[in-house]
Amino acid sequence: MDVVWFVVLSTLIFAIGAAGVMTRRSPLVILLCTELMLNACSLALLAFARMHGSGDGQIFALIVMVVAACEVVIGLGLIVAIYRKRMAIDVDKLSELRG
Amino acid sequence: MSPADYGWLVLGFPLLGTLVLAFGWRWLPGRSAGWIGSASILASFISALGALQQLQERPEEERHIESSLFDYADTVGVSVELGILVDPLSVLMMLVVSGVSFLIHLYSVAYMAGDRGYARFFAYLNYFVFSMLLLVLAGNFVLLTVGWAFVGAASYLLISFWYRRETATQAGIKAFVMNVIGDVGLVVGAFLLFDGTEALDYAGVFEGAHLMKDGQLTAACICLLVGAFAKSAQIPLHTWLPDAMEGPTPVSALIHAATMVTAGVYLIARTHPLFELAPTAADVAAIIGTLTLVVAASIALVVTDLKRVIAYSTMSQIGYMVLGVSAFAYGAGLFHLMTHAFFKALLFMGAGSVIAAMGGIQSLDRMGGFRRAMPFTFVTFTIGALALAGFPLLSGFFSKDEIIALTLNRGGFYAVLGVIAYVAALITAFYAFRMVFRVFFGEPVEEARELEQGHLAHHDPANPMTGEHEDPDVGFPGPEHHIAEREWPMKAAMAPLALLSIVGGVVGIPGVTDTLEHFLEPAFEGSDHLGAHPSESDEQLGLAIGAVISLTGIAIAWALYLVRPTTTLRLRDYQLRAVHDFLAHKWYFDELYDIGIVRPAAACGRFGRTVIESVLVQDVIVGGSTAVVRAGSSLARGLQTGYLRSYAALLVTGLAGLALYFLITSS
Amino acid sequence: MLFEQIMFFVAAIGALAGALGVVLLRNPFYSVLSLIAHLVSLAILFLLLRSEFLAAAQIVVYAGAIMVLYLFVTAYVGGAAPSSWRGGEAGAVGQLGVIMAGALFVVISLAVLGSSLDALDTRGAELEPGFGSPGEIGQLLLKKFLIPFEAASFLLLVAAVCAVVLARRRRGLEEGGV
Repeated sequence: MDVVWFVVLSTLIFAIGAAGVMTRRSPLVILLCTELMLNACSLALLAFARMHGSGDGQIFALIVMVVAACEVVIGLGLIVAIYRKRMAIDVDKLSELRG
Repeated sequence: MSPADYGWLVLGFPLLGTLVLAFGWRWLPGRSAGWIGSASILASFISALGALQQLQERPEEERHIESSLFDYADTVGVSVELGILVDPLSVLMMLVVSGVSFLIHLYSVAYMAGDRGYARFFAYLNYFVFSMLLLVLAGNFVLLTVGWAFVGAASYLLISFWYRRETATQAGIKAFVMNVIGDVGLVVGAFLLFDGTEALDYAGVFEGAHLMKDGQLTAACICLLVGAFAKSAQIPLHTWLPDAMEGPTPVSALIHAATMVTAGVYLIARTHPLFELAPTAADVAAIIGTLTLVVAASIALVVTDLKRVIAYSTMSQIGYMVLGVSAFAYGAGLFHLMTHAFFKALLFMGAGSVIAAMGGIQSLDRMGGFRRAMPFTFVTFTIGALALAGFPLLSGFFSKDEIIALTLNRGGFYAVLGVIAYVAALITAFYAFRMVFRVFFGEPVEEARELEQGHLAHHDPANPMTGEHEDPDVGFPGPEHHIAEREWPMKAAMAPLALLSIVGGVVGIPGVTDTLEHFLEPAFEGSDHLGAHPSESDEQLGLAIGAVISLTGIAIAWALYLVRPTTTLRLRDYQLRAVHDFLAHKWYFDELYDIGIVRPAAACGRFGRTVIESVLVQDVIVGGSTAVVRAGSSLARGLQTGYLRSYAALLVTGLAGLALYFLITSS
Repeated sequence: MLFEQIMFFVAAIGALAGALGVVLLRNPFYSVLSLIAHLVSLAILFLLLRSEFLAAAQIVVYAGAIMVLYLFVTAYVGGAAPSSWRGGEAGAVGQLGVIMAGALFVVISLAVLGSSLDALDTRGAELEPGFGSPGEIGQLLLKKFLIPFEAASFLLLVAAVCAVVLARRRRGLEEGGV
């Protein structure tokens, strides 16, 4: 397959992930959609790595995976802490940081 | 060492004294601050003597030395340096200022002892002497203005020395405000001169003055006169001087008799080439000088506060000096400046001693008969009064008559001024001895009797003008009173002045010696009026008339105060009541200024506060701008909803927009 | 060649289905499962791009470890999460969000398709043998990308510490144990 197919696919997945972030109310699902977006980025990186024939993009994608892991850990930790405090797990209710 | 080096030393010692006293006052015990202050001025006087000696060694043409430390500015068209000018005129002023200042410092060592602000006093005094020396040594208008302003500041600091006394602080402010008016005049005059001559140093200005337009030169001279009149307390800027008597007596002696008030006279003498080119300004100065002479003498006839009588006397005598230098009789005017410094400082010192004996009371009505109780003060005070009255053969006799003789010699309307000056001399003799007879003759008052028994009177500390009770802590006069008979520093200071008041005339006896005039010649070369002398017979006639007038004045005072003591009281309450009231209100100048200037200014200030400040600035400008910012920020706050989803949406929208933009611009 | 194309479309459809499932399914547990399916499809796509190591890492690390973490937390919390994505205080934003995402897709696609990257239309450059193998990755990690490698390890350490801090119980602050 031509590389461009992979890139367009990754864009589509990215857009779906973005829609999910903006639409869902549960922070858990928002995190999942963020994962979607990160994976789409990895896909694009690998496509370009294939295009150039160098391994740099693969390393980049590996690091993205590491970052995604860290982010998941902290995000889930936050959600657990919020749950433990008996607050609602609803992004629209967690809105105290406002002007 | 050249005269200029001595000149820098003369400036350096008082400055050093000021710094030492100002920073080290905490560690100076007892009277040491006074001795340090006096020592620095003594060193300055000795350096001035050195300058004199060096100057006289040079030939006459070269007695005009300029020296500068560094350039303040040397740019397009403006060249100003920190430069001094040593010539006979400045050497004379240096000697008078440092010499009399030293004696007054000596006097104050004892007089101000016991005051909580002792070291502060001497620091201020040294600072004043430094400023005055800077003023007379300055070689260009910029440094002159600096010295002028410093002297005004020192005067303010010293008048309100007892700063917890309200009358003193008010007097200090009044003096300062009027001095500032003079400062403005001086600066504007300097600006006009710079505009016309492109120079700021004396030599440059005097050379270029020939090319200036008449109108501009006269205007510049009149502006300089404004400055001179404010500093020398001439009409119309004179009302601060009597109030300045709120300061301690040594301050009155130094600043408001011997030195600061003579700065105006010095200015006119120094800038004489300008005045000779603008005779209109000189005429104005002469008229004002004569006017002040008469008005001040008339007020001195009726005031009852001892220090204020002497203050009005100062105002009047400076009128003589102003008349002298504006009639281009420079030698005579400066001669009188010197002798006046001697006897006026002596009079103030004696007055200080008397007031101390009275326990702080300054009113003539409460004094009398101190002759036996205070013999030394009596003798020196009388010598001073004799010199003031122009008693034959004393110093004041020769100096005053020289001025009047030269004024009459000029002819024209100056002859009228000369006659008026003679009339004022009569009044001067009268009020001088009014003081002597009322204080020292007659029935001894209670304080005098106590003193004869060897016990110094003591009253509750109070404000001499308003009678308010005070305490002797810092900011008010100290609890001790010192009289000359008991303190040797005071005697040591008054004795030389008494001697000089008697023999000081010897440097200027007309027809016999002309030492002073000859000495001053190099400073005034180029003046057309240098050789204008009345004939011998006219001079001797003048001396005779002067002698007769002074003796007549003393005789009238004798008659009214000693022969028939109640005469003056009857005159005051019945026959001359209206005249007395008018004079006692100081010709209503203060009231005039209050209605004409002070109240409108206060009203403007109130208007400014209530209308402009409160409404316009606070509500409209400040309030308005904050309201606009608030409105804007509350608009911007609408974006901060706190909802994660709206933030995400904004993010994505922004991202899409950015990508679209780059897409469009790159295609 | 044909096999590749078929595999591409199968994997692509699987990935898209998984993505849509994450976004649209009500139950968060089902969303997690659907993401796992998406990840497996993505691993196939990685293989098609000749990145073997990354495909393996994707399965082992992502689908194996991270998703298991998600599963645990969802089991703990998920019942309390609201199921509907309608309503909520920011309701209108939801509808807007879809449109914005669509716009984003369009714009980026235009950028990609209209770009002057000619190589996009090819299958890619000539590959050396060992491209995408673990050996190659290892070489790059330890030589050219040593610093990012070390930084990533440090990041992992920080994340671990953070997790411990977030998760511990604090005496006195707890309203009641769970």
